Amino acid sequence: MSGGTVSRRRRFTVPDRAYRFALAAAAALFAALLVAFVTAMAIQAVPAFSTLGASFLWGTVWDPYHNIFGLLPFIVGTLETTAIALFLAVPIGIGTALALAYLVPNGLRAPLSTTVELLAAVPSVVYGLWGLVVVAPFFAVHVEPTLTSLFGWTGLFAGPNQGVGLLLAGVILFIMVLPTLVAISRDVLAAVPREQVEGAMAVGATRWQVLWRVVVPGARTGLLGAFTLATGRALGETVAVALVIGNSAHLATSLKANAATIPSLIVSSFGEATGTQLNVLFAAALVLLVVGIAVNALGRFFVRSVKRSGAASVAVA
Amino acid sequence: MSVTTLDPPEDPVLARRAAIQLAATSSLRRRKAYSTAGIWVCRAFLLIAVIPLLGVILYVVSKGLPAWNVDFFTQVTKPEGIPNGGIKNAIVGSLIIDGIAVAFSVPFGVVGGLFLAESDGRIAGGVRLMADVLTGVPSITIGIFGYIVWVKNVGSYSGLAGAFAISIVMIPVIMRAAETALRGVPGTLSEAALSLGARKFTIARRVVVPAALPGLITGVLLAVARGAGETAPLLFTAFGNQFLQTNPTKPMETMPHTIYTYSSQPYADLVQIAWGTALLLMLVILVLNVGSRLIAARLGRERG
Amino acid sequence: MNDPIVAPIENRGVSLTTQEVLVETGNDTPCVMRLEDVSVSFDGRAAVRGITLDVRQGEVTALIGPSGSGKTTLLRALNRMHDIERSAVVTGHILLGDTDVYARSTDPTLIRARVGMVFQRPNPFPTMTIYENVVSGLRFSGVRNRSLLEEAAESALIAAALWDSVKDRLKSHASTLSGGEQQRLCIARALAVEPEVLLMDEPTSALDPIATKRIEELVVELKDRVTIIIVTHNMQQAMRVSDRCAFLLMGDDKSGELIEFGPTAKLFSEPTDPRTLDYVNGRFG
Repeated sequence: MSGGTVSRRRRFTVPDRAYRFALAAAAALFAALLVAFVTAMAIQAVPAFSTLGASFLWGTVWDPYHNIFGLLPFIVGTLETTAIALFLAVPIGIGTALALAYLVPNGLRAPLSTTVELLAAVPSVVYGLWGLVVVAPFFAVHVEPTLTSLFGWTGLFAGPNQGVGLLLAGVILFIMVLPTLVAISRDVLAAVPREQVEGAMAVGATRWQVLWRVVVPGARTGLLGAFTLATGRALGETVAVALVIGNSAHLATSLKANAATIPSLIVSSFGEATGTQLNVLFAAALVLLVVGIAVNALGRFFVRSVKRSGAASVAVA
Repeated sequence: MSVTTLDPPEDPVLARRAAIQLAATSSLRRRKAYSTAGIWVCRAFLLIAVIPLLGVILYVVSKGLPAWNVDFFTQVTKPEGIPNGGIKNAIVGSLIIDGIAVAFSVPFGVVGGLFLAESDGRIAGGVRLMADVLTGVPSITIGIFGYIVWVKNVGSYSGLAGAFAISIVMIPVIMRAAETALRGVPGTLSEAALSLGARKFTIARRVVVPAALPGLITGVLLAVARGAGETAPLLFTAFGNQFLQTNPTKPMETMPHTIYTYSSQPYADLVQIAWGTALLLMLVILVLNVGSRLIAARLGRERG
Repeated sequence: MNDPIVAPIENRGVSLTTQEVLVETGNDTPCVMRLEDVSVSFDGRAAVRGITLDVRQGEVTALIGPSGSGKTTLLRALNRMHDIERSAVVTGHILLGDTDVYARSTDPTLIRARVGMVFQRPNPFPTMTIYENVVSGLRFSGVRNRSLLEEAAESALIAAALWDSVKDRLKSHASTLSGGEQQRLCIARALAVEPEVLLMDEPTSALDPIATKRIEELVVELKDRVTIIIVTHNMQQAMRVSDRCAFLLMGDDKSGELIEFGPTAKLFSEPTDPRTLDYVNGRFG
């Protein structure tokens, strides 16, 4: 390819081949990074499996002093906090997203959306600080006693009102996953084609019926994606949870109990761990990584399939 | 005026119409009540979603501001009980680590973004998915990875290990933002350049990247905001340091780390330092966020 | 008869004896909808103004005119579709039988159950089955009676000439139908609530000629059951299907006004207004 004929000045340039190669190399390096990520973790985890077999993954007791390593309390803790967070985030998130997409005046839409999105900019550790120093005492004095008196009969509210514990971790986690959930949900809800909304209106639906029976179902794949991504975020959240969950290696059966998650376990014991315990922690990190990748990939797949199909795939022959 | 005889009332259409109208009018009150209730519940949820942000900001400002004094910015962290502590070492450490991370992530991320923007094949799709997935991966695992790769092999915690971990946080964010920004450049520009005989590299360097600059800057600033706030990747890489340390091959203190370690301390003066650091960190992140939007808008406007 | 919320049963009422009905002077077809000086404006700028006409029961009334003349805007005002547009203001009177469509005490959902609409592009609900699509209007209106739903669905699908094609696959999704079938599904959906008026906004413009022909045949078949108001930019279509035509044209102030309104045959062969003549002769539009 001849260079430009406008000027004869020597310009620094790079042949197309080399350029494409450089780009591909960067991409390949990136891919290699991800592969190395998983591999390195796996390599460090292998000794745990060879020493203990796979049973430590569901062992119920974590007692490093006696070399007993059971990850079940932490797996359960992770699932419990995630469940609490999602239990709150799904209705409130979808409701908020519906409001932002359809139920607020045009002028308020952008500022309110931005406000919710700013929640995502707050660092995790600041949520932890706020949760520990401000919200925990509030929980201990006001929230937990009220909930215990109302719902104590379910058996979920046994134990003292400490503030910190499973419930607080779940609530803080809910606040943290909310912005992502709302942002994606709002986009997919707003993307439901206007002709669907009009079609429902024209056939006599009330405003709520239009939203609940046509818009939300019409966006369901995207909403599933938002939900999945929120789950991924909740599963992997480390610092905020570590600060407010109370850090106990026992399987928590009460919402007020101290508990721990896999990330909080790693954070609290990695520093001093050696030998088998260290390998077990690597194994735990590997489990976390693999689950995180799988959930995220799934969520992205759902969200992407919405964008590809243009929100409502109706075959028009 | 003339008179019309009616059809017999057993016309099924009419009978149905009457039944339907009856159902519609008799259920109207109920349906309207549900509609109003549903709508207001959603609006209430919106309010609930906004309250925590206001709460966090309120507390960080009210509790953090009193911590800001001269000592805060000029002294290093002191153990509990010793007065006049500050976070100079944390500020410096954050600057150095995040700076190194940016220096590494931006070129890598932009080039990666160029690759994604120029390719549509399955491989590019795979890389894109990898980038998206990496943005959501638990940050503690990134820290562990940094530990394995850097700390274990080198033998000690270091700022460089921390920078490596933060880069892993930043790179996929920059890549995807760069791709979006680069794809946003109208194809006509590069086609025109191509028809003049320019090489692809030249087109990228002189046409596409400059045109995408607002979006690129936005992406970088947002990535930095994200990376600057991360704690977990730093815990077992940069580790922390009570003293001022400017040598990145040694362990360094960072702002998120200070907040983390001081939050759970039973000493009020240390907790106050945590609030002060939180305020500073949030201010930086806010400035980066707002700044990125402003710069993008400004540059976007200038180009018309 | 004066309660605006309860839909007055139309001229062919449910009384057990024959009933004398007061009708319009000059013609013995009752009027199901009446527009008096209707204007629609957005943000203060009128899109269509000063429209006065009456729609007779059992007829097909066409709104014709070049693009921009406000036909669709006017049509959408009839079932209060502009309610979602905050900047829209509708003035004048629109009467559906005895009901003032825009009275404060009138509920829009009830109006829409009496005045159905079919859109330019078929818009069946993608997450619902064919059956669910057809009965959606009934369900929205609070009808729970299973046999009434099924009866209405079958009747509507037969009227829309779709019953034979879909009766064995009522549980499959709407996306399995072709474009023309989907539009007929939308017609069935609108018919299932037994509206008094059916508004059709260029219903064939997204369809191929064969599907178009079938819909046009349908329109003529349906007019006994439900009064039809159809917007079309296709003059031949208007000639084929409509009994009366309203010709709208955008005036100098960029708002649409009614130029001429009358029986189709007369409007096309001997129009009163020269602008109508120009339009039907294809000199513009």
